Amino acid sequence: MSDVTAPPGLHDCREAWASTIEALAAADPRIVVVVNDSVGSSKLGGFQQRFPDRTINVGIAEQVMVGVGAGLANGGQIPFVSAASCFITGRALEQVKADVAYAGFNVKLVGQSSGVAYGELGATHHSIEDFAWLRPLTNLTIITPADRWETAEAVKWVATHDGPVYLRLSRMPVPDLDVPNREFHMGRAEVVRRGSDLAIIACGTTVHLAVAAADALQVEGISARVLNMATLNPLDEPALHQAAATGAIVTVEEASVRGGLGGAVAEFTAANRPVPVERVGFPGFVVTGSADWLFREYGLSPEGIAAAAHRALARA
Amino acid sequence: MTLHTPPNEPIPLITAKALWMRRTAFAMVHAAQLGHPGGDFSAIDVLATLYFGILRFDPERPAWAERDRFIMSKGHATGALYTALCAAGYFPEDWLATYMQPRSLLNGHPNRTYLPGVETNTGPLGHGFPVAVGVAIAGVLTGGRYRTYVLTGDGEQQEGSNWEAAMVAGHRRLDHLTLIIDRNRLQQGAGTEETSGLDPLDQKYLAFGWDVSMIDGHDYPALLAALSAPPNGKPHCIIANTIKGKGVSFMENKASWHHGVPNDEQYAAAMKELV
Repeated sequence: MSDVTAPPGLHDCREAWASTIEALAAADPRIVVVVNDSVGSSKLGGFQQRFPDRTINVGIAEQVMVGVGAGLANGGQIPFVSAASCFITGRALEQVKADVAYAGFNVKLVGQSSGVAYGELGATHHSIEDFAWLRPLTNLTIITPADRWETAEAVKWVATHDGPVYLRLSRMPVPDLDVPNREFHMGRAEVVRRGSDLAIIACGTTVHLAVAAADALQVEGISARVLNMATLNPLDEPALHQAAATGAIVTVEEASVRGGLGGAVAEFTAANRPVPVERVGFPGFVVTGSADWLFREYGLSPEGIAAAAHRALARA
Repeated sequence: MTLHTPPNEPIPLITAKALWMRRTAFAMVHAAQLGHPGGDFSAIDVLATLYFGILRFDPERPAWAERDRFIMSKGHATGALYTALCAAGYFPEDWLATYMQPRSLLNGHPNRTYLPGVETNTGPLGHGFPVAVGVAIAGVLTGGRYRTYVLTGDGEQQEGSNWEAAMVAGHRRLDHLTLIIDRNRLQQGAGTEETSGLDPLDQKYLAFGWDVSMIDGHDYPALLAALSAPPNGKPHCIIANTIKGKGVSFMENKASWHHGVPNDEQYAAAMKELV
């Protein structure tokens, strides 16, 4: 896997997405991609070279992009509709709701460069609201992989699953998670670190930060469990019961703290097992800055997560 | 398998089915005291012509890959769509009596996940046409010979998503795609031209790379000819000039019958005319 732009030890998961979808398409002629002039940002240049007829570029037109995805599914194809997540969700939200989720078509929505990957471009190009917009579409599976291995595994699962999916990808370079004997199970949280004093529940680009926070807390004698909650729809409720049993929870996501992973965990615990929940994420529209800077500024960092853990424990 | 293929002389069948559809749709709307009868009646002749003169389908196999597709983009005209699907054999007649009742499979707007024959869920305007473009692209990719028909309202053309779809279909020369615009010139509250004018609609589609036909949308021979026009390298837009409320004198050309519903007297009067 070539990885020329990422810093040492970090990897752009789009490479895993691109190589996996190409391999799947080589084996299954029903797999097509639909893009809004987003071949490059979706890393689909190689796909387009190999499968030009199966690369449907509708131009800068997100409504028809998602509608065409539904129509391709009607015609027996397996469309992966790939575009910047801010546009595929926000601009085409009614198409996602009516044509994909409500109509139950086998459409795979791939949100690229999610969260604050386009940090400097400003809030129009941030995609931190997507979780809250999509989570009530309960038949829409939502998956946010945490590293390149999980990205590849998730793409493979998505291709074989018959039903609508939102796959939330990032261009933020991340390290490979160190978890022995990994297996990808849609809908099941992955225990990345065992621990019993509290649970840190993260997804996507923030999981490795949660691990670093758990390591720092360990030095202080605090045993933090880290869960990789890659699937937001459907939620792993048994894992949440066990997380709540520790007595305190921190959620971490590259998204708004309203209505996303933190919102889902807060809903679940309020209804089932009330415990303190501290939500790490973005409070709303955020200021301009690089993604790295925004992460640190808003506490999506080992220090910020550890501080949230202390706040949660103080409330427990 | 009961593959439906159009008869050689379909006009008597279309005429009879269209009359039954109008009477039945109005009975459904009367019973439910809900619905969109004006737009049902402007579109019914198009649907009757499609289902009994044009489309190849098998009601016992709604997912048959090679079926011709019809997508009702103006999803509120379910009086027209449901009576057509019922007459076409997709579900029994007694289902129609449940129209918009609690837990009915016959929503105010169609749902493909539980009503056979519905190709996609519509209701919010400007959705069916982009989906039809995707169906037509799938046909190109798979070498399918099926044809895709989509009907929008004329007011619906004000939704920008249609113009995204028109551009993509024209660019890709999707000649197995036919768009029918139900040009009754009335939308919910007023005329289309006084609301946000559409004319010249034919010039717009020509400019987007389409073939365009303008016909009387209640003239069965004209509908049959336009809908069966052989593919020629461009998508085909049929502007069907229609009359909202067509068939019932006191409903014709009245915007108030967009979602007006009949009282008992109006229902009886309409039934006397629909013979």
